[in-house]
Amino acid sequence: MRLPCPCCGVRGNEEFTYLGPAGLVRPAPDATEDAWHAFMHERENLAGNHRELWWHGQGCRAWIVVTRDVRTHRIEHAELARDPEAAR
Amino acid sequence: MRYSALALLRGALTGQRHWTPAWRDPEPKPAYDTLIVGGGGHGLATAYYLAKEHGITNVAVLEKSHIGSGNVGRNTTIIRSNYLLPANTHFYEKSLQLWEGLEQDINFNAMVSQRGVLNLYHSDAQRDAYARRGNAMRLAGVDAELLDAAAVRAMVPGLDMDNARFPVKGGLLQRRGGTVRHDAVAWGYARAADQRGVDILQNCEVTGIDIAQGRVVGVQTARGPIRARRIGLAAAGNSSRVAALAGLRLPIESHVLQAFVSEGVKPVLDTVVTFGAGHFYVSQSDKGGLVFGGDIDGFNSYAQRGSLPVVHDVMESAVALFPAFSRLRVLRQWGGVMDMSMDGSPIIGTTPIAGLFLNCGWCYGGFKATPASGWCFAHTIATGAPHPLNAAFTLDRFRTGAVIDEKGAGATPNLH
Ligand SMILES: Cc1cc2nc3c(=O)[nH]c(=O)nc-3n(C[C@H](O)[C@H](O)[C@H](O)COP(=O)(O)OP(=O)(O)OC[C@H]3O[C@@H](n4cnc5c(N)ncnc54)[C@H](O)[C@@H]3O)c2cc1C
Ligand SMILES: [Zn+2]
Repeated sequence: MRLPCPCCGVRGNEEFTYLGPAGLVRPAPDATEDAWHAFMHERENLAGNHRELWWHGQGCRAWIVVTRDVRTHRIEHAELARDPEAAR
Repeated sequence: MRYSALALLRGALTGQRHWTPAWRDPEPKPAYDTLIVGGGGHGLATAYYLAKEHGITNVAVLEKSHIGSGNVGRNTTIIRSNYLLPANTHFYEKSLQLWEGLEQDINFNAMVSQRGVLNLYHSDAQRDAYARRGNAMRLAGVDAELLDAAAVRAMVPGLDMDNARFPVKGGLLQRRGGTVRHDAVAWGYARAADQRGVDILQNCEVTGIDIAQGRVVGVQTARGPIRARRIGLAAAGNSSRVAALAGLRLPIESHVLQAFVSEGVKPVLDTVVTFGAGHFYVSQSDKGGLVFGGDIDGFNSYAQRGSLPVVHDVMESAVALFPAFSRLRVLRQWGGVMDMSMDGSPIIGTTPIAGLFLNCGWCYGGFKATPASGWCFAHTIATGAPHPLNAAFTLDRFRTGAVIDEKGAGATPNLH
Protein backbone atom coordinates (compact mmCIF):
# COMPACT_ATOMS: atom_id res chain seq x y z
CA MET A 1 0.00 0.00 0.00
CA ARG A 2 1.26 3.50 -0.86
CA LEU A 3 -0.04 6.80 0.43
CA PRO A 4 -0.27 10.05 -1.56
CA CYS A 5 1.34 12.67 0.69
CA PRO A 6 0.18 16.17 -0.33
CA CYS A 7 3.79 17.39 0.11
CA CYS A 8 5.91 14.47 -1.07
CA GLY A 9 3.78 12.59 -3.56
CA VAL A 10 3.07 8.87 -3.51
CA ARG A 11 5.25 7.08 -0.93
CA GLY A 12 5.40 3.56 0.57
CA ASN A 13 3.45 3.12 3.80
CA GLU A 14 6.61 2.15 5.71
CA GLU A 15 7.52 5.85 5.73
CA PHE A 16 4.40 6.67 7.73
CA THR A 17 3.20 6.03 11.28
CA TYR A 18 -0.46 5.26 11.81
CA LEU A 19 -2.43 6.87 14.60
CA GLY A 20 -6.04 5.81 14.04
CA PRO A 21 -9.36 7.33 13.06
CA ALA A 22 -9.45 11.07 12.33
CA GLY A 23 -12.10 13.39 13.70
CA LEU A 24 -12.17 12.11 17.28
CA VAL A 25 -12.72 15.20 19.40
CA ARG A 26 -11.20 15.22 22.89
CA PRO A 27 -13.94 15.91 25.45
CA ALA A 28 -13.69 18.71 28.02
CA PRO A 29 -11.90 17.60 31.22
CA ASP A 30 -15.17 17.66 33.16
CA ALA A 31 -17.16 15.81 30.47
CA THR A 32 -19.14 12.74 31.49
CA GLU A 33 -17.63 9.29 31.86
CA ASP A 34 -19.67 8.25 28.82
CA ALA A 35 -18.12 10.98 26.70
CA TRP A 36 -14.59 10.01 27.73
CA HIS A 37 -15.32 6.33 27.19
CA ALA A 38 -16.64 7.02 23.70
CA PHE A 39 -13.57 9.10 22.84
CA MET A 40 -11.03 6.70 24.30
CA HIS A 41 -12.46 3.34 23.35
CA GLU A 42 -15.57 3.11 21.22
CA ARG A 43 -14.89 2.85 17.50
CA GLU A 44 -17.15 2.55 14.49
CA ASN A 45 -14.59 0.23 12.82
CA LEU A 46 -16.65 0.02 9.67
CA ALA A 47 -15.75 -1.93 6.55
CA GLY A 48 -15.66 0.86 4.00
CA ASN A 49 -14.18 4.35 3.65
CA HIS A 50 -12.18 5.22 6.75
CA ARG A 51 -10.77 8.69 7.57
CA GLU A 52 -7.52 8.20 9.41
CA LEU A 53 -4.43 10.03 10.61
CA TRP A 54 -0.94 9.20 9.36
CA TRP A 55 2.34 10.94 10.21
CA HIS A 56 4.91 11.19 7.43
CA GLY A 57 7.83 10.75 9.83
CA GLN A 58 10.33 9.68 7.18
CA GLY A 59 9.33 12.41 4.77
CA CYS A 60 7.95 15.90 5.30
CA ARG A 61 6.93 15.10 8.92
CA ALA A 62 3.42 16.42 8.35
CA TRP A 63 0.26 14.80 9.71
CA ILE A 64 -2.10 13.85 6.92
CA VAL A 65 -5.72 12.73 6.85
CA VAL A 66 -6.24 9.84 4.46
CA THR A 67 -9.59 8.49 3.34
CA ARG A 68 -9.05 4.81 2.52
CA ASP A 69 -11.35 1.89 1.79
CA VAL A 70 -10.18 -0.56 4.44
CA ARG A 71 -11.49 -3.53 2.41
CA THR A 72 -9.34 -2.80 -0.65
CA HIS A 73 -6.76 -0.17 0.47
CA ARG A 74 -8.02 2.11 -2.32
CA ILE A 75 -7.13 5.68 -1.35
CA GLU A 76 -9.99 8.09 -1.99
CA HIS A 77 -8.39 11.26 -0.70
CA ALA A 78 -5.45 12.67 1.28
CA GLU A 79 -5.01 16.14 2.74
CA LEU A 80 -2.88 17.90 5.31
CA ALA A 81 -4.36 17.57 8.78
CA ARG A 82 -3.79 21.26 9.47
CA ASP A 83 -6.20 22.26 6.70
CA PRO A 84 -9.43 23.35 8.38
CA GLU A 85 -11.42 21.15 6.00
CA ALA A 86 -9.62 18.07 7.32
CA ALA A 87 -10.35 18.87 10.94
CA ARG A 88 -14.02 18.04 10.50
CA MET B 1 -18.92 -42.81 13.51
CA ARG B 2 -16.18 -43.16 16.13
CA TYR B 3 -12.67 -42.61 14.86
CA SER B 4 -10.09 -45.19 15.96
CA ALA B 5 -7.11 -47.16 14.70
CA LEU B 6 -9.42 -50.14 14.35
CA ALA B 7 -11.81 -48.22 12.10
CA LEU B 8 -8.85 -47.24 9.95
CA LEU B 9 -7.65 -50.85 9.70
CA ARG B 10 -11.11 -52.14 8.91
CA GLY B 11 -11.47 -49.48 6.24
CA ALA B 12 -8.22 -50.63 4.66
CA LEU B 13 -10.01 -53.81 3.56
CA THR B 14 -12.73 -51.86 1.76
CA GLY B 15 -10.60 -49.11 0.21
CA GLN B 16 -11.50 -46.62 2.98
CA ARG B 17 -14.89 -46.10 1.35
CA HIS B 18 -16.86 -46.29 4.60
CA TRP B 19 -16.17 -42.73 5.78
CA THR B 20 -19.17 -40.44 6.05
CA PRO B 21 -19.23 -36.62 6.27
CA ALA B 22 -17.95 -35.39 9.65
CA TRP B 23 -21.07 -33.30 10.26
CA ARG B 24 -24.56 -32.91 8.82
CA ASP B 25 -25.59 -30.09 6.49
CA PRO B 26 -29.09 -29.40 7.84
CA GLU B 27 -31.71 -26.89 6.69
CA PRO B 28 -32.18 -24.04 9.20
CA LYS B 29 -35.09 -24.54 11.58
CA PRO B 30 -37.37 -21.53 12.17
CA ALA B 31 -36.29 -21.29 15.82
CA TYR B 32 -33.61 -22.51 18.24
CA ASP B 33 -32.99 -22.04 21.96
CA THR B 34 -29.57 -20.53 21.28
CA LEU B 35 -27.77 -19.17 18.23
CA ILE B 36 -24.04 -18.71 17.89
CA VAL B 37 -22.96 -16.20 15.22
CA GLY B 38 -19.59 -17.17 13.73
CA GLY B 39 -18.40 -20.71 13.01
CA GLY B 40 -14.76 -20.20 13.91
CA GLY B 41 -12.99 -22.06 16.68
CA HIS B 42 -14.66 -20.04 19.40
CA GLY B 43 -18.20 -20.33 18.05
CA LEU B 44 -17.91 -24.07 17.49
CA ALA B 45 -16.31 -24.69 20.89
CA THR B 46 -19.09 -22.67 22.51
CA ALA B 47 -21.75 -24.78 20.83
CA TYR B 48 -19.95 -27.97 21.85
CA TYR B 49 -19.66 -26.99 25.52
CA LEU B 50 -23.26 -25.71 25.59
CA ALA B 51 -24.31 -29.22 24.62
CA LYS B 52 -21.78 -31.14 26.67
CA GLU B 53 -21.59 -29.13 29.90
CA HIS B 54 -25.06 -27.60 30.03
CA GLY B 55 -27.27 -30.03 28.09
CA ILE B 56 -28.40 -27.26 25.73
CA THR B 57 -28.55 -28.96 22.33
CA ASN B 58 -31.20 -27.00 20.43
CA VAL B 59 -28.43 -24.77 19.12
CA ALA B 60 -27.33 -23.54 15.69
CA VAL B 61 -23.98 -22.13 14.68
CA LEU B 62 -24.41 -19.57 11.88
CA GLU B 63 -21.34 -19.20 9.67
CA LYS B 64 -21.30 -16.76 6.75
CA SER B 65 -18.75 -18.78 4.78
CA HIS B 66 -17.50 -22.31 5.41
CA ILE B 67 -16.14 -23.80 8.63
CA GLY B 68 -12.44 -23.04 9.02
CA SER B 69 -12.38 -20.09 6.60
CA GLY B 70 -11.71 -17.50 9.30
CA ASN B 71 -8.80 -17.04 11.68
CA VAL B 72 -9.15 -20.52 13.11
CA GLY B 73 -7.66 -21.78 9.85
CA ARG B 74 -5.22 -18.89 9.36
CA ASN B 75 -3.19 -18.72 12.57
CA THR B 76 0.33 -19.90 13.37
CA THR B 77 -1.06 -22.54 15.77
CA ILE B 78 0.81 -21.59 18.95
CA ILE B 79 -0.70 -22.44 22.35
CA ARG B 80 0.65 -21.32 25.75
CA SER B 81 -0.44 -19.85 29.09
CA ASN B 82 2.56 -17.66 29.91
CA TYR B 83 0.78 -14.48 30.96
CA LEU B 84 1.57 -12.06 33.78
CA LEU B 85 -1.80 -10.63 34.84
CA PRO B 86 -3.93 -12.89 37.07
CA ALA B 87 -7.09 -12.80 34.94
CA ASN B 88 -5.10 -13.88 31.89
CA THR B 89 -2.95 -16.47 33.67
CA HIS B 90 -5.91 -18.39 35.08
CA PHE B 91 -8.01 -18.15 31.92
CA TYR B 92 -5.25 -19.30 29.55
CA GLU B 93 -4.17 -22.04 31.94
CA LYS B 94 -7.72 -23.40 31.87
CA SER B 95 -7.40 -23.39 28.10
CA LEU B 96 -4.11 -25.27 28.16
CA GLN B 97 -5.62 -27.88 30.46
CA LEU B 98 -8.55 -28.31 28.08
CA TRP B 99 -6.10 -28.70 25.16
CA GLU B 100 -4.37 -31.47 27.10
CA GLY B 101 -7.56 -33.55 27.19
CA LEU B 102 -9.19 -32.30 24.00
CA GLU B 103 -8.46 -35.12 21.60
CA GLN B 104 -9.88 -37.81 23.88
CA ASP B 105 -12.84 -35.57 24.66
CA ILE B 106 -13.86 -34.91 21.06
CA ASN B 107 -12.44 -38.10 19.51
CA PHE B 108 -10.45 -36.15 16.95
CA ASN B 109 -6.73 -35.98 16.28
CA ALA B 110 -5.89 -32.28 16.59
CA MET B 111 -2.16 -32.98 16.73
CA VAL B 112 -1.78 -31.24 20.08
CA SER B 113 1.98 -31.08 20.46
CA GLN B 114 3.43 -29.81 23.75
CA ARG B 115 6.83 -29.07 22.29
CA GLY B 116 7.41 -26.05 24.52
CA VAL B 117 7.33 -22.31 23.92
CA LEU B 118 10.62 -20.48 24.47
CA ASN B 119 10.61 -16.66 24.76
CA LEU B 120 14.15 -15.41 24.24
CA TYR B 121 15.58 -12.49 26.22
CA HIS B 122 18.40 -10.28 25.05
CA SER B 123 19.22 -7.91 27.93
CA ASP B 124 19.37 -7.80 31.72
CA ALA B 125 16.19 -5.75 31.92
CA GLN B 126 14.35 -8.22 29.74
CA ARG B 127 15.61 -11.12 31.85
CA ASP B 128 14.21 -9.43 34.95
CA ALA B 129 10.85 -8.89 33.27
CA TYR B 130 10.75 -12.54 32.17
CA ALA B 131 11.76 -13.76 35.63
CA ARG B 132 8.90 -11.75 37.06
CA ARG B 133 6.43 -13.19 34.56
CA GLY B 134 7.73 -16.71 35.17
CA ASN B 135 7.35 -16.27 38.93
CA ALA B 136 3.82 -14.95 38.50
CA MET B 137 3.01 -18.02 36.44
CA ARG B 138 4.48 -20.40 39.03
CA LEU B 139 2.55 -18.70 41.81
CA ALA B 140 -0.58 -19.45 39.80
CA GLY B 141 0.43 -23.09 39.42
CA VAL B 142 1.58 -22.76 35.81
CA ASP B 143 4.90 -24.26 34.67
CA ALA B 144 7.73 -21.88 33.79
CA GLU B 145 11.51 -22.19 33.67
CA LEU B 146 14.07 -19.45 33.25
CA LEU B 147 16.93 -20.69 31.06
CA ASP B 148 20.38 -19.18 30.79
CA ALA B 149 22.26 -18.81 27.51
CA ALA B 150 23.99 -22.20 27.79
CA ALA B 151 20.66 -23.99 28.26
CA VAL B 152 19.15 -22.16 25.28
CA ARG B 153 22.17 -22.99 23.13
CA ALA B 154 21.82 -26.67 23.98
CA MET B 155 18.08 -26.67 23.37
CA VAL B 156 17.92 -24.73 20.07
CA PRO B 157 20.89 -25.22 17.76
CA GLY B 158 21.05 -22.71 14.93
CA LEU B 159 20.24 -19.60 16.93
CA ASP B 160 22.60 -16.68 16.37
CA MET B 161 23.43 -16.59 20.09
CA ASP B 162 26.22 -14.04 19.81
CA ASN B 163 24.49 -11.61 17.48
CA ALA B 164 26.29 -8.27 17.81
CA ARG B 165 23.15 -6.20 18.27
CA PHE B 166 20.81 -8.60 20.11
CA PRO B 167 22.80 -11.46 21.69
CA VAL B 168 20.62 -14.22 23.17
CA LYS B 169 21.06 -14.14 26.96
CA GLY B 170 18.52 -16.84 27.82
CA GLY B 171 14.81 -17.54 27.69
CA LEU B 172 11.60 -18.16 29.55
CA LEU B 173 10.40 -21.66 28.73
CA GLN B 174 6.93 -23.08 29.15
CA ARG B 175 7.31 -26.77 28.38
CA ARG B 176 3.57 -27.41 28.32
CA GLY B 177 3.09 -24.86 25.54
CA GLY B 178 3.33 -25.89 21.89
CA THR B 179 1.29 -26.12 18.73
CA VAL B 180 -2.02 -27.60 17.59
CA ARG B 181 -3.17 -28.29 14.04
CA HIS B 182 -5.59 -25.40 13.58
CA ASP B 183 -8.03 -26.77 10.96
CA ALA B 184 -8.40 -29.95 12.98
CA VAL B 185 -9.65 -27.85 15.89
CA ALA B 186 -12.41 -26.38 13.74
CA TRP B 187 -13.35 -29.74 12.24
CA GLY B 188 -13.08 -31.60 15.54
CA TYR B 189 -15.31 -29.21 17.44
CA ALA B 190 -17.76 -29.02 14.51
CA ARG B 191 -18.08 -32.79 14.40
CA ALA B 192 -18.35 -33.14 18.18
CA ALA B 193 -20.99 -30.41 18.43
CA ASP B 194 -22.94 -31.90 15.53
CA GLN B 195 -22.92 -35.32 17.20
CA ARG B 196 -24.58 -33.76 20.23
CA GLY B 197 -27.35 -32.30 18.06
CA VAL B 198 -26.03 -28.83 17.20
CA ASP B 199 -26.95 -27.61 13.68
CA ILE B 200 -24.01 -26.13 11.79
CA LEU B 201 -25.35 -23.77 9.15
CA GLN B 202 -22.74 -22.68 6.61
CA ASN B 203 -23.21 -19.95 3.99
CA CYS B 204 -25.54 -18.36 6.51
CA GLU B 205 -24.41 -14.78 7.04
CA VAL B 206 -26.23 -12.89 9.77
CA THR B 207 -27.47 -9.60 8.28
CA GLY B 208 -29.71 -8.35 11.09
CA ILE B 209 -30.34 -8.84 14.79
CA ASP B 210 -33.95 -8.50 15.89
CA ILE B 211 -34.54 -6.79 19.22
CA ALA B 212 -37.90 -6.27 20.91
CA GLN B 213 -38.34 -4.43 24.22
CA GLY B 214 -34.63 -4.53 24.97
CA ARG B 215 -34.05 -8.21 24.35
CA VAL B 216 -33.01 -10.27 21.36
CA VAL B 217 -35.66 -12.33 19.63
CA GLY B 218 -33.88 -13.58 16.53
CA VAL B 219 -31.71 -12.84 13.52
CA GLN B 220 -32.03 -12.20 9.79
CA THR B 221 -29.72 -14.38 7.73
CA ALA B 222 -28.81 -15.17 4.15
CA ARG B 223 -30.91 -18.33 4.63
CA GLY B 224 -33.94 -16.57 6.13
CA PRO B 225 -35.02 -15.35 9.56
CA ILE B 226 -34.30 -17.52 12.62
CA ARG B 227 -35.80 -16.93 16.07
CA ALA B 228 -33.96 -17.40 19.37
CA ARG B 229 -34.02 -15.86 22.85
CA ARG B 230 -30.29 -16.25 23.41
CA ILE B 231 -27.66 -15.22 20.89
CA GLY B 232 -23.89 -15.38 21.29
CA LEU B 233 -21.67 -13.34 18.96
CA ALA B 234 -18.27 -14.88 18.13
CA ALA B 235 -17.36 -13.23 14.84
CA ALA B 236 -13.68 -12.47 15.61
CA GLY B 237 -12.35 -9.91 13.07
CA ASN B 238 -15.89 -8.92 12.05
CA SER B 239 -17.17 -8.39 15.60
CA SER B 240 -17.72 -4.63 15.23
CA ARG B 241 -19.86 -5.16 12.15
CA VAL B 242 -21.97 -7.87 13.72
CA ALA B 243 -22.38 -5.98 17.02
CA ALA B 244 -23.41 -2.88 15.05
CA LEU B 245 -26.45 -4.87 13.87
CA ALA B 246 -27.58 -4.70 17.50
CA GLY B 247 -26.63 -1.04 17.84
CA LEU B 248 -23.48 -1.69 19.88
CA ARG B 249 -20.23 0.19 19.35
CA LEU B 250 -17.25 -1.90 20.48
CA PRO B 251 -13.78 -1.00 21.82
CA ILE B 252 -12.31 -2.84 18.82
CA GLU B 253 -10.35 -2.06 15.66
CA SER B 254 -9.91 -4.64 12.92
CA HIS B 255 -6.31 -5.18 11.83
CA VAL B 256 -4.57 -7.68 9.60
CA LEU B 257 -1.95 -10.19 10.73
CA GLN B 258 0.12 -12.24 8.30
CA ALA B 259 1.51 -15.77 8.49
CA PHE B 260 4.23 -17.45 6.44
CA VAL B 261 5.24 -21.03 5.64
CA SER B 262 8.57 -22.06 4.14
CA GLU B 263 9.35 -25.04 1.95
CA GLY B 264 9.57 -28.30 3.87
CA VAL B 265 12.94 -29.29 5.29
CA LYS B 266 14.22 -32.01 7.60
CA PRO B 267 13.67 -31.43 11.33
CA VAL B 268 15.56 -28.29 12.42
CA LEU B 269 13.41 -26.91 15.21
CA ASP B 270 11.52 -29.00 17.77
CA THR B 271 10.03 -26.19 19.86
CA VAL B 272 8.39 -22.79 19.42
CA VAL B 273 10.84 -19.89 19.59
CA THR B 274 9.97 -16.22 19.94
CA PHE B 275 12.39 -13.34 19.39
CA GLY B 276 12.55 -10.88 22.28
CA ALA B 277 14.09 -7.99 20.38
CA GLY B 278 11.55 -7.86 17.60
CA HIS B 279 8.17 -9.45 17.11
CA PHE B 280 8.79 -12.85 15.55
CA TYR B 281 7.78 -16.43 16.36
CA VAL B 282 8.55 -19.68 14.59
CA SER B 283 7.89 -23.40 14.79
CA GLN B 284 8.27 -26.31 12.38
CA SER B 285 5.20 -28.19 11.25
CA ASP B 286 5.13 -31.98 11.02
CA LYS B 287 5.28 -31.60 7.22
CA GLY B 288 8.63 -29.83 7.63
CA GLY B 289 7.67 -26.28 6.74
CA LEU B 290 8.66 -23.48 9.07
CA VAL B 291 5.54 -21.66 10.23
CA PHE B 292 6.22 -18.11 11.32
CA GLY B 293 4.91 -14.59 11.75
CA GLY B 294 5.50 -11.23 13.36
CA ASP B 295 3.73 -7.93 13.91
CA ILE B 296 0.32 -6.90 12.70
CA ASP B 297 0.35 -4.52 9.73
CA GLY B 298 -0.63 -1.71 12.08
CA PHE B 299 -3.52 0.06 10.33
CA ASN B 300 -7.25 -0.72 10.15
CA SER B 301 -7.96 -3.39 7.58
CA TYR B 302 -10.71 -5.75 6.52
CA ALA B 303 -8.60 -7.04 3.61
CA GLN B 304 -7.41 -10.58 4.29
CA ARG B 305 -3.97 -9.86 2.90
CA GLY B 306 -0.88 -8.13 4.22
CA SER B 307 1.44 -5.37 3.06
CA LEU B 308 5.09 -5.65 2.07
CA PRO B 309 6.89 -3.70 4.83
CA VAL B 310 5.77 -6.28 7.39
CA VAL B 311 6.87 -9.14 5.11
CA HIS B 312 10.28 -7.49 4.97
CA ASP B 313 10.41 -6.99 8.72
CA VAL B 314 9.44 -10.60 9.49
CA MET B 315 12.07 -11.98 7.11
CA GLU B 316 14.72 -9.74 8.66
CA SER B 317 13.85 -11.01 12.13
CA ALA B 318 13.91 -14.60 10.91
CA VAL B 319 17.41 -14.42 9.49
CA ALA B 320 18.69 -12.29 12.37
CA LEU B 321 17.70 -15.05 14.76
CA PHE B 322 18.41 -18.10 12.56
CA PRO B 323 20.96 -17.11 9.90
CA ALA B 324 20.62 -20.51 8.19
CA PHE B 325 16.98 -19.76 7.39
CA SER B 326 18.14 -17.24 4.78
CA ARG B 327 18.55 -20.20 2.41
CA LEU B 328 14.90 -21.21 2.64
CA ARG B 329 12.18 -20.21 0.24
CA VAL B 330 8.81 -19.00 1.48
CA LEU B 331 6.06 -21.07 -0.09
CA ARG B 332 2.91 -19.49 1.23
CA GLN B 333 1.81 -16.28 2.89
CA TRP B 334 -1.63 -15.04 3.90
CA GLY B 335 -3.45 -12.66 6.21
CA GLY B 336 -6.35 -12.76 8.64
CA VAL B 337 -8.50 -9.95 10.04
CA MET B 338 -8.31 -9.69 13.79
CA ASP B 339 -10.33 -7.96 16.45
CA MET B 340 -7.73 -5.82 18.26
CA SER B 341 -9.16 -4.60 21.55
CA MET B 342 -8.27 -1.41 23.41
CA ASP B 343 -6.31 -3.21 26.15
CA GLY B 344 -5.10 -6.25 24.22
CA SER B 345 -7.36 -8.61 26.20
CA PRO B 346 -10.59 -10.28 25.10
CA ILE B 347 -14.22 -9.66 25.95
CA ILE B 348 -16.39 -12.62 26.99
CA GLY B 349 -19.61 -11.66 28.67
CA THR B 350 -23.00 -10.05 28.69
CA THR B 351 -24.16 -6.93 26.81
CA PRO B 352 -26.67 -4.18 27.66
CA ILE B 353 -29.18 -6.12 25.50
CA ALA B 354 -30.93 -8.98 27.28
CA GLY B 355 -30.17 -12.37 25.76
CA LEU B 356 -27.26 -11.04 23.69
CA PHE B 357 -23.78 -12.23 24.65
CA LEU B 358 -20.43 -11.13 23.30
CA ASN B 359 -17.15 -12.95 22.63
CA CYS B 360 -14.49 -10.86 20.84
CA GLY B 361 -11.28 -8.85 21.15
CA TRP B 362 -8.97 -11.82 20.69
CA CYS B 363 -6.23 -9.85 18.99
CA TYR B 364 -3.54 -12.10 17.53
CA GLY B 365 -3.66 -14.62 20.39
CA GLY B 366 -7.10 -16.15 20.37
CA PHE B 367 -6.30 -19.55 18.93
CA LYS B 368 -4.77 -20.81 22.16
CA ALA B 369 -7.87 -19.55 23.94
CA THR B 370 -10.31 -21.56 21.83
CA PRO B 371 -11.25 -24.28 24.36
CA ALA B 372 -11.51 -21.99 27.40
CA SER B 373 -13.25 -19.30 25.40
CA GLY B 374 -15.90 -21.77 24.30
CA TRP B 375 -16.13 -23.25 27.78
CA CYS B 376 -16.56 -19.87 29.51
CA PHE B 377 -18.84 -18.43 26.84
CA ALA B 378 -21.09 -21.50 27.06
CA HIS B 379 -21.27 -21.05 30.83
CA THR B 380 -22.11 -17.35 30.41
CA ILE B 381 -24.84 -18.03 27.85
CA ALA B 382 -26.32 -21.00 29.74
CA THR B 383 -26.45 -19.33 33.15
CA GLY B 384 -26.77 -15.70 32.09
CA ALA B 385 -23.69 -14.72 34.12
CA PRO B 386 -19.94 -15.13 33.63
CA HIS B 387 -17.87 -17.91 35.18
CA PRO B 388 -15.17 -16.68 37.63
CA LEU B 389 -12.61 -17.46 34.90
CA ASN B 390 -14.09 -14.87 32.54
CA ALA B 391 -15.59 -12.50 35.09
CA ALA B 392 -12.86 -9.88 34.47
CA PHE B 393 -13.27 -9.90 30.68
CA THR B 394 -16.34 -7.67 30.60
CA LEU B 395 -17.32 -5.17 27.92
CA ASP B 396 -17.86 -2.63 30.69
CA ARG B 397 -14.27 -2.69 31.96
CA PHE B 398 -13.23 0.02 29.52
CA ARG B 399 -15.81 2.40 30.93
CA THR B 400 -14.86 1.68 34.55
CA GLY B 401 -11.10 1.58 33.97
CA ALA B 402 -10.60 -2.04 35.10
CA VAL B 403 -8.68 -2.83 31.91
CA ILE B 404 -6.40 -5.88 31.55
CA ASP B 405 -3.43 -4.42 29.73
CA GLU B 406 -0.71 -7.09 29.66
CA LYS B 407 1.63 -4.88 27.66
CA GLY B 408 0.82 -1.56 29.33
CA ALA B 409 0.32 0.06 25.94
CA GLY B 410 -2.94 1.89 26.70
CA ALA B 411 -5.91 2.35 24.38
CA THR B 412 -3.88 1.79 21.20
CA PRO B 413 -5.14 -1.33 19.44
CA ASN B 414 -2.33 -1.36 16.86
CA LEU B 415 0.35 -1.49 19.56
CA HIS B 416 -0.87 -4.46 21.61
C1 LIG C 1 -2.01 -14.89 10.78
C2 LIG C 1 -2.55 -15.16 12.14
C3 LIG C 1 -1.76 -15.85 13.07
C4 LIG C 1 -2.24 -16.11 14.35
N1 LIG C 1 -1.47 -16.86 15.20
C5 LIG C 1 -1.95 -17.22 16.42
C6 LIG C 1 -1.20 -18.09 17.27
O1 LIG C 1 -0.12 -18.54 16.92
N2 LIG C 1 -1.71 -18.40 18.48
C7 LIG C 1 -2.91 -17.92 18.89
O2 LIG C 1 -3.32 -18.21 20.01
N3 LIG C 1 -3.69 -17.13 18.09
C8 LIG C 1 -3.22 -16.78 16.86
N4 LIG C 1 -4.01 -15.97 16.02
C9 LIG C 1 -5.30 -15.47 16.50
C10 LIG C 1 -6.44 -16.47 16.35
O3 LIG C 1 -6.37 -17.12 15.11
C11 LIG C 1 -7.79 -15.77 16.50
O4 LIG C 1 -7.79 -14.94 17.65
C12 LIG C 1 -8.95 -16.75 16.67
O5 LIG C 1 -8.90 -17.76 15.68
C13 LIG C 1 -10.28 -16.02 16.60
O6 LIG C 1 -11.39 -16.84 16.95
P1 LIG C 1 -12.18 -17.77 15.89
O7 LIG C 1 -11.39 -18.99 15.64
O8 LIG C 1 -13.53 -17.97 16.44
O9 LIG C 1 -12.20 -16.81 14.62
P2 LIG C 1 -12.67 -17.08 13.12
O10 LIG C 1 -12.21 -18.40 12.64
O11 LIG C 1 -12.26 -15.88 12.33
O12 LIG C 1 -14.23 -17.15 13.29
C14 LIG C 1 -15.14 -16.07 13.14
C15 LIG C 1 -16.14 -16.48 12.11
O13 LIG C 1 -17.23 -15.57 12.09
C16 LIG C 1 -17.72 -15.55 10.78
N5 LIG C 1 -18.57 -14.37 10.59
C17 LIG C 1 -18.18 -13.07 10.51
N6 LIG C 1 -19.24 -12.28 10.30
C18 LIG C 1 -20.33 -13.09 10.25
C19 LIG C 1 -21.73 -12.85 10.06
N7 LIG C 1 -22.23 -11.61 9.86
N8 LIG C 1 -22.56 -13.93 10.07
C20 LIG C 1 -22.07 -15.18 10.25
N9 LIG C 1 -20.77 -15.46 10.43
C21 LIG C 1 -19.90 -14.42 10.44
C22 LIG C 1 -16.48 -15.56 9.92
O14 LIG C 1 -16.74 -15.99 8.59
C23 LIG C 1 -15.58 -16.52 10.69
O15 LIG C 1 -15.62 -17.83 10.20
C24 LIG C 1 -3.54 -15.67 14.73
C25 LIG C 1 -4.33 -14.97 13.80
C26 LIG C 1 -3.86 -14.73 12.51
C27 LIG C 1 -4.73 -14.01 11.53
ZN1 LIG D 1 5.22 13.97 3.14
